[in-house]
Amino acid sequence: MTHGIPDKGALTRPAERGAPVASAAADAERAALTELDRRIVLSTQGGLPLTARPYAAVAETLGVPEAVVRARLAVMLADGRIRRIGAVPNHYAIGYTANGMSVWDIDDALIDAVGERVGALDFVTHCYRRPRHLPDWPYNLFAMVHAASREAALERVEEIAALIASEFPGACRSRDVLFSAGILKKTGLRIGG
Amino acid sequence: MSEPENTTAAARRGVAARRAPDDTDRRLINALQGEFPLSETPFADIGAALGLAEAEVIARLQSLLDDRVLTRFGPMFQIERMGGAFCLAAIAVPEARWAETVEAVNAFPAVAHNYRREHALNMWFVLATETPAGIADCARHIEEATGLVVHLFPKEREYFVEMRLEA
Repeated sequence: MTHGIPDKGALTRPAERGAPVASAAADAERAALTELDRRIVLSTQGGLPLTARPYAAVAETLGVPEAVVRARLAVMLADGRIRRIGAVPNHYAIGYTANGMSVWDIDDALIDAVGERVGALDFVTHCYRRPRHLPDWPYNLFAMVHAASREAALERVEEIAALIASEFPGACRSRDVLFSAGILKKTGLRIGG
Repeated sequence: MSEPENTTAAARRGVAARRAPDDTDRRLINALQGEFPLSETPFADIGAALGLAEAEVIARLQSLLDDRVLTRFGPMFQIERMGGAFCLAAIAVPEARWAETVEAVNAFPAVAHNYRREHALNMWFVLATETPAGIADCARHIEEATGLVVHLFPKEREYFVEMRLEA
């Protein structure tokens, strides 16, 4: 970004003259992109338009070129601000009628080793460490299991229990499974309301 | 945003799908859980890979959303990478107050999803806010709206998250 031919002083003293200007311009550009990205989030968090050219439709509402919208979505996918673009199924409707949140009271000294191991099982869809709420809630490991029946889900929870017992003897003090009895809401995030 | 037919039974059943997907729907659902094209005509591209016309892809997708086989279609934002926060939360809701509590909690835009579960803590939901401080604020507002204690279960460590379920 040049604003004319720099004098000799600017070339020899970049830290004093050139750099602050360049950095202010870069800051402004970054702020503009952050603002554009936020507007893209606000206009797509409810879903992509179901038209032949959905990105063009988003671009039109934002007043920017379609290519810019596609490029910013690509940047957000690459840096993890978007996990993915696509469909979220109602898991009941596609046959995963048993959704069990298995919860485990795992020795603090072993929780990360156990969590990594349980999270690596192919039937565990989410696996997190979370705080206990003593005395009523002693569980610090959450592992979500989806299956076609409650029996199948419980078998999988038993598999997790057997694995912990054999690889980390004594690490698990107690456990429970909370089955889902219905989706009450599933809209995804809504910011800017 | 609240359900119009908020009888106790409907509220308990929640957001149920109105039909089962057929084989073509399942192929489409699986394809739409992969890499969605960032091309000018992504539905035509998805259709080409599945042997479906662009118009059929769009019509089926609309119908799957209308019938709640899909709960949403679009970008899934990771708000933590944008300076915000997600937090799992739970409430022990007395049965007699179930329907009104569902309505009160779901009315908060920060409630991204909400499930009934079989436990004394029978309502489990996820809060998504633009700032980390927004989680505690929102939890307090929900406590004021419901008169019930909101227990927060922030993620201390993520071991694994799968974003796809094969149909």
